[in-house]
Amino acid sequence: MSGRDAILGGIRAALGRKTDDLARRATVEERLTRHPRGLVPARGQIPPAEQVELFTTMAREAACTVQPLAALEEVPAAVADYLAGLNLPAELRVAPDPGLDAIPWHARPTLTVSRGPARDADAVSVTGAFAGVAETGTLMLASGPGHPTTLNFLPDTHIVVLRRDRVTGTYEDAWDRLRAELGDVPRTVNFVTGPSRTGDIEQTIQLGAHGPRRLHILLVGG
Amino acid sequence: MHPTTHAFPENARRALSDERLQRVLATAGIGFIERRRKAAERLPEFEELRDRGRDIKNHVLENLDLYLERFEEAVVGQGGHVHWCATAVDARDAILSICRSVDAKTVTKGKSMIAEEIGINDHLEAAGLTPVETDLGEYIIQLRKEPPSHIIAPAMHLSKKDVADTFRAVHTELPPDRVLEEPTVLIAEARGVLRRRFQQADVGITGANLMVAETGSTVIVTNEGNGDLTQTLPRVHIVLATVEKIVPTLEDAQTVLRLLARSATGQEASAYTTFSTGPRRPEDADGPEQFHVVILDNGRTALLGTEFQEVLRCIRCGACMNHCPVYGAVGGHAYGWVYPGPIGAVMQPALLGLAEARHLPNASTFCGRCEAVCPMRIPLPKMMRHWRETEFAERLTPPAMRRGLALWAWFARRPALYHHAAGLAVRALRLLGGGKGRFARLPLANGWTAHRDLPAPQGRTFQQLWAERQRNGR
Ligand code: SF4
Repeated sequence: MSGRDAILGGIRAALGRKTDDLARRATVEERLTRHPRGLVPARGQIPPAEQVELFTTMAREAACTVQPLAALEEVPAAVADYLAGLNLPAELRVAPDPGLDAIPWHARPTLTVSRGPARDADAVSVTGAFAGVAETGTLMLASGPGHPTTLNFLPDTHIVVLRRDRVTGTYEDAWDRLRAELGDVPRTVNFVTGPSRTGDIEQTIQLGAHGPRRLHILLVGG
Repeated sequence: MHPTTHAFPENARRALSDERLQRVLATAGIGFIERRRKAAERLPEFEELRDRGRDIKNHVLENLDLYLERFEEAVVGQGGHVHWCATAVDARDAILSICRSVDAKTVTKGKSMIAEEIGINDHLEAAGLTPVETDLGEYIIQLRKEPPSHIIAPAMHLSKKDVADTFRAVHTELPPDRVLEEPTVLIAEARGVLRRRFQQADVGITGANLMVAETGSTVIVTNEGNGDLTQTLPRVHIVLATVEKIVPTLEDAQTVLRLLARSATGQEASAYTTFSTGPRRPEDADGPEQFHVVILDNGRTALLGTEFQEVLRCIRCGACMNHCPVYGAVGGHAYGWVYPGPIGAVMQPALLGLAEARHLPNASTFCGRCEAVCPMRIPLPKMMRHWRETEFAERLTPPAMRRGLALWAWFARRPALYHHAAGLAVRALRLLGGGKGRFARLPLANGWTAHRDLPAPQGRTFQQLWAERQRNGR
């Protein structure tokens, strides 16, 4: 008997079920197609302006730095100043995201910019974000040609350009948006809440375990 | 992992007299309790979410066959593979043959309790491969050839000096006289060493906190990001998950995830919650070329339809052990196998058999804290009671313990008295341990608990109380 038959047959026997149990199938199918919302915390069910405020507060609490900017034109100066302030090299690995094409990197000639997935030596990455979830100050990063997943994890410093209108109140809102805009779920969806950390040595939290030590969010839009 | 669960009394005695371990246990884990409490209080819906989480898992368990079929369909639809494994042996073989099919040499691993359960590292090593744990805690204990002592903080039993000594002994390519005092330095060293391992890896194995039937996604929750490098950099991503990890939809996953981080570490959300669906798409610039899900049963479906079915709701958050005074006193290794604490006292008899694990359901104070904090509302004390009754019925118990058990059963049939006794235990714990409730005297005072005595607050044991009640004719 195959492992599959053993397991599924075992379950049916234990539960006293039959394969042709139509009512049960209908319930399951209905739930999967309708995917009803569960109990969604009231915290995130607030007007858009408040969502941005909550997102900022929660992201900062999770050890992100958040900098509001009026427009994409301001990104190069903000990135250059941020890196200079931390004495970090001005070399960027930028996601090949069409949403970031409008950033005038040449306005800051000190910045060296290349685009593509992260390589091991890349110290700083810049990516977009599919959404921001206000409820917990979390970034939703969806993989795809414009957003290689390695950019979220290999570099020491991850800078995220998040448009204000991409902030949603709750996780459910973010998933709905993903279903509507992308249809299929991409290979990887990373929900990122603050920089990498570990408590494995004497339960004291230290930042920068395997992923980025710093997560800087540029919140763009009027 | 070879179980020493049958030796719990000796293990516990050794742990209680191990001063180094006791020093570590005295401070370890205190933060978990406080952080969980704050996180739960901060979310007004938390208690109701626990009901919802319970209901989701109950619904899944009643329809487990159908959700697993739909999950498989979705994984295959995305170009992934599903391997159904009834036993640990089947799962080891499936993983090894995937590794062999791509001629793998180095295999990186994210933290997975199921990987411990099936002993995959030893199996891969015996076949000439090099498995590398990448979760910092798991990496440390792999270097020390020790089992984990906690399901979410595997190296909780070690001090930073232990870690420094281990790194100095093993990382011989680094200067021997380097300073390794601070956790930051230790973490940076491990990060550097493991980055090279990530580059070498041909296969990455992760566990799964959840599988989503709707989309065929598997979900991992981590703070370090190691699980993400493990699954993104190698050519092959293998997910090792057990049957009961399934939820119907993304919405259901969110309900469970809202409970998980808060119950485990008291975080609003863990740093990384990752949904992985199939292999990389043709247009993707990175990600694994192959995606395999190994679905393991290993005794779980045998619990369906029994009084232990509800334990399959467990999401492995670790809250029950963080709040358990017995765990706090003896640490995780005393339990002798993969799952320590209250969840271990219920799971290990199920997975290893009562002959091996019969001591664990007795290592309880009746304080009820585990059930009070379990996000999935699993009645752990009731299940320990079931195991005791089963054991009693099977007559595996030595005569002295049978008397203790009869006494216990007498309490259990009298709820008011039982609660009074439980109340006493709780008060005792408050007195003794502040928030943490540490104590060094275990219930049913057998030989193994007697030697290291802290004063009981009322100066009476359960047995004495019972004797008094008997005399007073109540
Ligand atoms: S039994 Fe409950 S508290 Fe314990 S690990 Fe499982 S879900 Fe968490």
